[in-house]
Amino acid sequence: MVSATTDLTYNTKIEGEVIVTKADAVINWLRSSSVWPMPMGLACCGIELMASGNSRFDIARFGAEVMRFSPRQSDCMIVAGTVTYKMAPQVRRIYDQMAEPKWVIAMGACASSGGMYRSYATLQGVDQIVPVDVYISGCPPRPEAVLDALIKMQAKIRREPSATNLLASS
Amino acid sequence: MIATADVTAALQGKFPQLTPRPSGDHPAFNVPLAEAVAVLKELRDAHAFDFLVDVTAADWGVDASPRFTVFWHLFSTTDHGYLRLAADCANDVEPVAPTVSDLWPAANWHERETYDLLGITFSNHPDLRRILMWDGYPYHPLRKDFPLAGIDTPLPDLEVGDLTKTTAKPAPMVGGPFVASPGEMNMTDAEPRAKDESWNERSEKPASE
Repeated sequence: MVSATTDLTYNTKIEGEVIVTKADAVINWLRSSSVWPMPMGLACCGIELMASGNSRFDIARFGAEVMRFSPRQSDCMIVAGTVTYKMAPQVRRIYDQMAEPKWVIAMGACASSGGMYRSYATLQGVDQIVPVDVYISGCPPRPEAVLDALIKMQAKIRREPSATNLLASS
Repeated sequence: MIATADVTAALQGKFPQLTPRPSGDHPAFNVPLAEAVAVLKELRDAHAFDFLVDVTAADWGVDASPRFTVFWHLFSTTDHGYLRLAADCANDVEPVAPTVSDLWPAANWHERETYDLLGITFSNHPDLRRILMWDGYPYHPLRKDFPLAGIDTPLPDLEVGDLTKTTAKPAPMVGGPFVASPGEMNMTDAEPRAKDESWNERSEKPASE
């Protein structure tokens, strides 16, 4: 497989043991290549999320095979399923417990917009309580769609001004 | 199969106020609420209805009186027959019914659900808390005067509500791919990606629509 990040490759014959690059490129490359997901499985989408962790789909190709059930060890919360109003504060609290930098994928129709649950009990889109980076359509989405969202999120991470953000926050 | 005529005759002999209820499937009876527990105990002990299938209630409408009716569905694991018992609640505003959780422990959660969704208070229930909606939710959603979309209510956790400036808002009933009537909403505007997703810890969420 050809890497998309050709700007990071270096030639030992020309550059010796010195790599010249941008801080953003290095930081974003590290971050995007080892996104550890926090599986917030709340309904049937959780089953498809488990399937995408199986060897048939091999999520390890994208460095996201380490599903962590602790928010402290995760980079990306995948909200997979229907978020009820009763559950919404807990989703937000788990998001708050994740260490920066962190990203959120809203997986499936319910997490994205409330889906078919147009009722008094269901949060109409998880973006009301946490900032969502990527939405996945489907009810539930296939594992390929989860991988596609992951690739899109990696592309988004690689566009971030990480060094500027780090300097601004310190 | 259970001999329905035998049960009916025996029950009516013991409880004269018990009347047959029109039913499309299994034998059913109306009973005054005050006698309901005694009838259920008799059914359990003398007629082998040892399994409580369901406890629920019906709301016949805001103007109906009696407005609320409590139902008990029984099954006999030895005679393989079902039976339904119905009792009207006297109070149309704050309905009260006796608990049967001491006869069948299974009634505990069913009565909590009926209390949560229809607001029927089961007297002497050991632990009458809401079971589906959160503690402190001010409405009973299955009552006829409650809209399906819901009523604006603070989130269960006020701290998170303040942080995200979100409440349990009425759900949209038109627009989007999952409702029967598409309404006037433009599908492009209804997509989640049309909403602003730029807010985070450092930049404020824009004022909501």
